[in-house]
Amino acid sequence: MRRQLPLAICFVMGVSMVVQFFIPHRVSQEFYRTILDWYRIVFAFSLVLGTGTLIKVHWAKISKKSKGWQYSIITIGGLVFMLAVGFITGIQEGTLFMKIFEYVEVPLEATMFSLLAFYIASAAYRAFRARTVEATLLLIAAVVLMLGRIPFGYYLWHKIPGIAEWILTNPNMAAKRGIVIGVGLGMISTALKIILGIERSYIGGGK
Amino acid sequence: MNLEKLMRIDRRLIFLLIALAVIFPLLFPIGLPTHLSKPVQDTFNAVDSIPPDGPPLMLSIDYDPAAMPELYPMTLAILRHCFSRNIRVLVLSLHRAGPGIGEMATTRIAKEYGKKEGEDYVYLGFKPGFGAVILRMGEDIHGAFLTDYYNRPIGEIPMMREIHNYDDIPLVICLSAAAIPELWMMYAGSRYHQTIAAGVTAVSAADYYPFLQTDQLVGLIGGLKGASEYEKLVNELEERLGVDKKRKESLSKEEYEKLQVSHSKASAGMDSQSIAHLVIIAFIVIGNVAYFAQRRRKR
Amino acid sequence: MNLSPDPWVWLAALLTLCIYSFLYKDNPFYKAAEHLFVGLSAGYFLVIYWYNAVYPDMVVPLFKQGKLLCIIPGLLGLFFFFRFIPKVGWVSRWSIAFYIGVGAGMSIPATMQMRILEQMKGTMQPFFSLETWHVFVENPSLASFGALIGIPLMIVGVMCTLSYFFFSREHKGVLGGMSRIGIIFLMIGFGASFGYTVMARISLLIGRVQFLMSDWLGVID
Repeated sequence: MRRQLPLAICFVMGVSMVVQFFIPHRVSQEFYRTILDWYRIVFAFSLVLGTGTLIKVHWAKISKKSKGWQYSIITIGGLVFMLAVGFITGIQEGTLFMKIFEYVEVPLEATMFSLLAFYIASAAYRAFRARTVEATLLLIAAVVLMLGRIPFGYYLWHKIPGIAEWILTNPNMAAKRGIVIGVGLGMISTALKIILGIERSYIGGGK
Repeated sequence: MNLEKLMRIDRRLIFLLIALAVIFPLLFPIGLPTHLSKPVQDTFNAVDSIPPDGPPLMLSIDYDPAAMPELYPMTLAILRHCFSRNIRVLVLSLHRAGPGIGEMATTRIAKEYGKKEGEDYVYLGFKPGFGAVILRMGEDIHGAFLTDYYNRPIGEIPMMREIHNYDDIPLVICLSAAAIPELWMMYAGSRYHQTIAAGVTAVSAADYYPFLQTDQLVGLIGGLKGASEYEKLVNELEERLGVDKKRKESLSKEEYEKLQVSHSKASAGMDSQSIAHLVIIAFIVIGNVAYFAQRRRKR
Repeated sequence: MNLSPDPWVWLAALLTLCIYSFLYKDNPFYKAAEHLFVGLSAGYFLVIYWYNAVYPDMVVPLFKQGKLLCIIPGLLGLFFFFRFIPKVGWVSRWSIAFYIGVGAGMSIPATMQMRILEQMKGTMQPFFSLETWHVFVENPSLASFGALIGIPLMIVGVMCTLSYFFFSREHKGVLGGMSRIGIIFLMIGFGASFGYTVMARISLLIGRVQFLMSDWLGVID
């Protein structure tokens, strides 16, 4: 019940989803649609689970008055406030919910990620060294791309954008295709191992 | 200058230089023209080949606010392209942060072009489940989305009466900062032979070239540069169609200029992009010169 | 200078500056903004799930249309929360098993088609094209040379990159040589990605600076 039933559910669902791909029968199609509908609902709950963990962590910080617990009040407060606003005003354009999204959430997230521009510049200065032949190739490809993708590159030498495009569509494509095929084979073998119960780490430890 | 010192320069000085490299070209634009690349032109052609008032383009807004500087101008340009040619649009989101962005973009551009919700475009909103949603739409869009974003039953929306599955969708464009275009190719492309194009952040643009060569993607818009190219193509199209002229006549000078600015947001950033790239290349060169000089001295 | 009169724009600008203050050093303004972002995002997602997924896909069919089958995914979804109760935590395994099993089953044929077969088809091209050779001979240039060597280079590149990821045999002899060439291709590919990554990061900064200078301060259009 605790370990065998989940393995059985996984096996049955996995095999039936693979098999239905090859059986265009009405019953198979109906089963397929039902499972897809159920999957969407279960998926939505799994995402909510993450929020549960977030609340648990911050609530523990507040109740134990751990270091920085005041910030956890902001997190929980922000969550409750956004929930209340969303349920009161709805989610259409022009509502308070959308205003908060546009003028609080968007700038916060976009700015946080834009910090990376500064760090990548710093990394380029401190860590991007032509120490080996491989590193030199990486460096040359990167510089050609950086020049080839800006309008200035064309004025520096009109052939640079063409060279950048050639790198992208030839050696880069070959390397990325190798990765795509390799990852694909890895994905298929992992999925098979999960369905067959060889890979069962998703069940977790314990009885 | 002492090389040791040069190597141990305060990182905040580097930050300041990058900030200035972005700010100055915005204050004093150089106005270097953007050159078109084939994958962007292909995307534009694929959208342009959709007949007006016919089957709709499906636009999947699968990114979060972190990617907005690159992907939002793309979203606006694609919507403007469709609305200026009276192409109907079906907008949805598979990323949980996408629905707010989709609502903002669609409502604003539809208002600007006088398009009616439910007839000229439909905003389906968000549905969790990525691959499962894509597969379900291949069977029946009405089954995947029981209501639109505003909780209106899908069967009551006039435009949706003629749209059932991918057979009624000539093109899907997925705008994403993650690997969601791959899911579109995996599920809609492989199983339902759906034509797909993608707009992605520059970080992942290089990863999609294998799919362009196999036609699994018919077009690709990569990063701010791609967005500026698409903007340029749409601005030229609007001039050709007379949309721009009509707008100029109906709006006050101030309103018109404001719109012009918002229609060239990505292009306006390309000067800063140029200068910042040059500064970073200079950093790489200086860093390497200092490193090799130091290594030689140690030997 | 044409400062924005909109208090929302001011709020957005203030929060932007709070985040940028981290560039100087970590400080309470940054931390407060960061925690606010986490809380608001979580709240935003819950509201979106409710309006776009749980309400139309489960509540309406189950309670308004009497579709009783919806109880099954609803229960499976609720079982996830048993993880928070150690004694009955094992019940959540049923939901995870359903979720993982369907996902794995769904992905196998699609991955085979999209990642393996299509990509192999794209690689199986004539190694040498007379057409590109004629173009090169008639008009020898960098572009025509690039086109001439493009396909052979791609085929060699894919094979060598794949051999680099083949770990079942020691990388020596022919395999060692091929995987060495594979590394060269991989490095060029990573270089291209790095160049594009720099571009992406700068674009994000441009977006925020445009907001501060245009929407807030009004010093540019």
